[in-house]
Amino acid sequence: MTMETTSGLFFSLVPLIVFLPVLGLLINMTFGGRLGEKVVGTIASLAAGGAFIVSLLLAYSLSVHPEAVIVPFAEWIHIGTLQLDWAFRVDTLSVVMMLIVSGVGTLIHIYAIGYMHEDVRFKGDVNRYRRFFVFLNLFIAMMMILVSGDSYMMLFVGWEGVGLCSFLLIGFWYDMDTLGRPSFANSNAAKKAFITNRVGDFGFILAAFIMFWAFGSFQFDEVFARVPEIAQAAPWVIVAVTMLMLVGVAGKSAQIPLFVWLPDAMAGPTPVSALIHAATMVTAGVYLIVRSAPLYSVNHSVQYFVATLGAATALFAATIAVGQYDIKKVLAYSTISQLGFMVAAAGMGAYGAAIFHLATHAFFKALLFLDAGSIILGMERGHHHLAHGHDGGHDAHSAEVFDPGDMRNMGGLREKMKVSYWLYLIGALALAGIFPLAGFWSKDEILLDAYKHYPTVYWMLVVAAFFTAFYMGRQIWMVFFGKPRTEVAEHAEESPKIMTIPLMVLASLSILGGLLNLPTMFGITLPGAHLLTEWLGHTLGEVEGGELNLLVAGLSTIFAAMAIYFSWLIYGRKSIETGQPDGVVPSERNHGGMTPPWQSDPLKKPLGPVFFGMEHKWFIDEAYQFLFINPYRSVSRFLADKVDWAFWHDWFHDKVIAGGYNWISKVLLNEYADQRGIDAFANALGNGTKRLSSMMRVWQNGFVRTYALTLLVGVIAILGYLLLK
Amino acid sequence: MVPVSYYLVVSGILFSIGAMGVLLRRNSLVVFMSIELMLNAGNLAFVAFARMHNTFSGQLFVFFVMAVAAAEVAVGLALIVTIFRTKNSINLDQMNNLKG
Repeated sequence: MTMETTSGLFFSLVPLIVFLPVLGLLINMTFGGRLGEKVVGTIASLAAGGAFIVSLLLAYSLSVHPEAVIVPFAEWIHIGTLQLDWAFRVDTLSVVMMLIVSGVGTLIHIYAIGYMHEDVRFKGDVNRYRRFFVFLNLFIAMMMILVSGDSYMMLFVGWEGVGLCSFLLIGFWYDMDTLGRPSFANSNAAKKAFITNRVGDFGFILAAFIMFWAFGSFQFDEVFARVPEIAQAAPWVIVAVTMLMLVGVAGKSAQIPLFVWLPDAMAGPTPVSALIHAATMVTAGVYLIVRSAPLYSVNHSVQYFVATLGAATALFAATIAVGQYDIKKVLAYSTISQLGFMVAAAGMGAYGAAIFHLATHAFFKALLFLDAGSIILGMERGHHHLAHGHDGGHDAHSAEVFDPGDMRNMGGLREKMKVSYWLYLIGALALAGIFPLAGFWSKDEILLDAYKHYPTVYWMLVVAAFFTAFYMGRQIWMVFFGKPRTEVAEHAEESPKIMTIPLMVLASLSILGGLLNLPTMFGITLPGAHLLTEWLGHTLGEVEGGELNLLVAGLSTIFAAMAIYFSWLIYGRKSIETGQPDGVVPSERNHGGMTPPWQSDPLKKPLGPVFFGMEHKWFIDEAYQFLFINPYRSVSRFLADKVDWAFWHDWFHDKVIAGGYNWISKVLLNEYADQRGIDAFANALGNGTKRLSSMMRVWQNGFVRTYALTLLVGVIAILGYLLLK
Repeated sequence: MVPVSYYLVVSGILFSIGAMGVLLRRNSLVVFMSIELMLNAGNLAFVAFARMHNTFSGQLFVFFVMAVAAAEVAVGLALIVTIFRTKNSINLDQMNNLKG
C-alpha cells in the first residue's frame, strides 16, 4: 500500500476504534466515583460514539479505496519464524463489523444510562453503576480488537477479551439471582458461560497450532495465499483447521452442542443481553467463518457440515423458544436460532447473506432485548408502586418475590406501555420475516441460497422460520394483549425517553435495514441493490447478488403469516384466563417465589409430552449434567478424596514420611546412638573449632606493622616463586 | 646516556628504604612518607621502562599513580588528624582497638 493512494483518507485513524473506548473506561475508572451517574454514562457513550464516527470515516475511506489496508501498530512476538504483530486490518468486512459493534453499541450505551439508573436502585447497589460502564467500554474495545485484527492471534486476543467481558457482565449481580435474592445463581451462570467458551477456545487454539504448523503464519493474507497449495498437498489439514475452528465457533456463537451457556447468560443486565449476547459478541463466530472464507470454501463436505449444524441449531433452538415463559429466555433461544441461520449461510458459502443477516439481526434483536428490558423495568415500577403506594392489603404481596420477566405475570401491557408495545411489534415482525422489514430480506437471502444448493438445510430453516414467527406471535399476545394477569401488570409504567429514543433509532433500522442489500426483484435491479454484497465482494471475492425468488419468498411469508395466525388462535383469540394452576412448576425461576396465577400454557394439553420437552429445553442441561458434569464431579471427588487425601495425605505423608521419620527418631533415641554418637560428634566439632581459633588468634596482634611485614613476606614469597620457577 | 639498570637500582633502593620505613617506624606520619617513597620508586621504574621500550604507556601510568597518591594523601592525612584528636597520639602501635 503506497502512501499516495491512501493519502487524504482516514485509514491511519483506525487504532482510535480501540483506544477511544479504552480512554473512556480509564476516565470512568479513575474519576468516575466523583463524576456522578449522568457524566459517567455520557463519557462511556461518547467513547463508544467516537469509535462509531471513526468507523464511519473508515467506511468512507474504503468507498474511495476499496482494497484492504493494513495499518501496523505495535510489535508483539518475534521468535524464530513466528512474527506476530498487532496490525489493524481495514477492509470491507471488518468495517461492516466495526460499524455494527460501535453503532449498536453506542445506542445501547445511551439506553443503559436510563436502564442502569433504575436497575441499580431496584437491586440496591448504586455503586455498581460506574462499574457497568467500565465493563461496557472494555467490551467495545475488545470487540474492536477482534474484528480489526490482521491475524488469527490478534483475533484470538479480542475473542478472549470479549469472553472475559461476557463473564464479568453476566455475573454483574454476582451475589444474587435474577430476582435479586441472595444466591450464587448469577455467578454460576457466568461460570457456565466462561467454561463452555473454554471448550470452544480449546478447538480454536488447536486450529491455530495446526495452522501455524502447516501454513507457517497466522496472518490472514499469508494463510489464505497458501490455501490452494496446502489443499492439494494435505487436504486433511484444511479439514482439521476448519473443523476445530468450528468448535470455537460453536462455543462463541452458541451452536449445537455448546449453546447451553447463552440462555443462562440472560442473568446479566438487559443491555448486556442486547449488546453482547445478541448483537455483537455471539456473532464473532459467524465473523470468524466469513473471515476464513478461503479455508472453508475449498472443502465442500466441511461446508455441508457447517450448514447442517447451523440449520439444526436454528430449528432446535426455535422449538425450545416456543416453550419458554421468561421474556428474555424466549429471545435468548431466538438468538441461538438466528445465529444458526447465519452459521448455515456462512457454511453454504453465502457469506454476504450471513453478514447481511448478522447486521439486520443486530438491529432487531438489540431492539427486542432492550424493549424487553424496558418492559421488565415497567413491571418493576408497577411492583414498586404497589409495594409502596398502598398501605396494608398488599403486605403479603410485597413480601413475596415477584418475577417481573415472567410473561405469565404480564398481559394487557399495550395500554400501559404504548411506546414499548409499538417498538416491540416492529422488532417482532422484523424477526418473523414479514415484508418489508429488515428480517424479511436477510432471511430470504439465506433461504434462497439454501433452496438452490442445499434442500435439506432449506427445509430445516423454513420450519425454523415458522417456529420463529410462532413464538414471537405467542410472546406478543401473552405480553401485550388480553387482560393484565397480575396487579403488577395493571400498574406497569412506561420507560423514560433516554431509553425509548435509542429504541426508536433501532426500530427504524429494523424497518429500513433491508435497503442495505435489496435483491434483484422481478428482473429489475434497483440502484443501491446488492449494496452489501458488492461491498463485501472487495474482500471476499466475487459474491453473487441475491434475487427475489417468488416461490421462496412467498412460501416463507405464507409460513410466517400462518404461524402468527396460529399463535393468535391459541394465545390471542380468547384472553388467557388467570387461575389455572396445574400443579407443575414450569420454570426454575419460580422455585420458592410467588407462584404465578396462570401456569397452564394452552399448548400443553394438545401437544402433551412434546410441549413438556420444549418447556424443559429438551433436557439438554440435564443431559449435560448426566454426561459431563456428574462424571466430572465424581472424578474430582475421587481425585480429592481418594488420590489426594487418602493416598497422598493419609498414606504417603502421614504413614510413609511422618511415620518413617518417627520410626528413625525412635531408633536413634538411646544413650549409645544419641549421646555417644550424635552429641559427641557435634561437641567434638564445636571444641575443635574453638581450639583452632584460639591458636589463630595469636597472629592477630593488632599491630599494623606486623600486618605490613606479613604482606611483604607474602609478596616476596610469591615473587620469588614466580622468578625462580 | 645513563643505562636503564642504574635507574632500576635507584628505584629498588628507594623502595627498600620505603618498605623498611613502613615496617620499622611507629610514627604514622613517617610511615605515610615511606609509602610515598615506595610509590615514587615504582614511578621511577615505570618511567625507566617506558624510556627503554620507547612507549608512552608507562609514563601515562605514572600520572595515574600520582593522582591516586595525591588522593590517598588527602584521605590519609585527614584520618591521622581525626585519630590524633581522639587519641592524642599518632603512634601506630596504639591503633589496635579492633584487636579481638
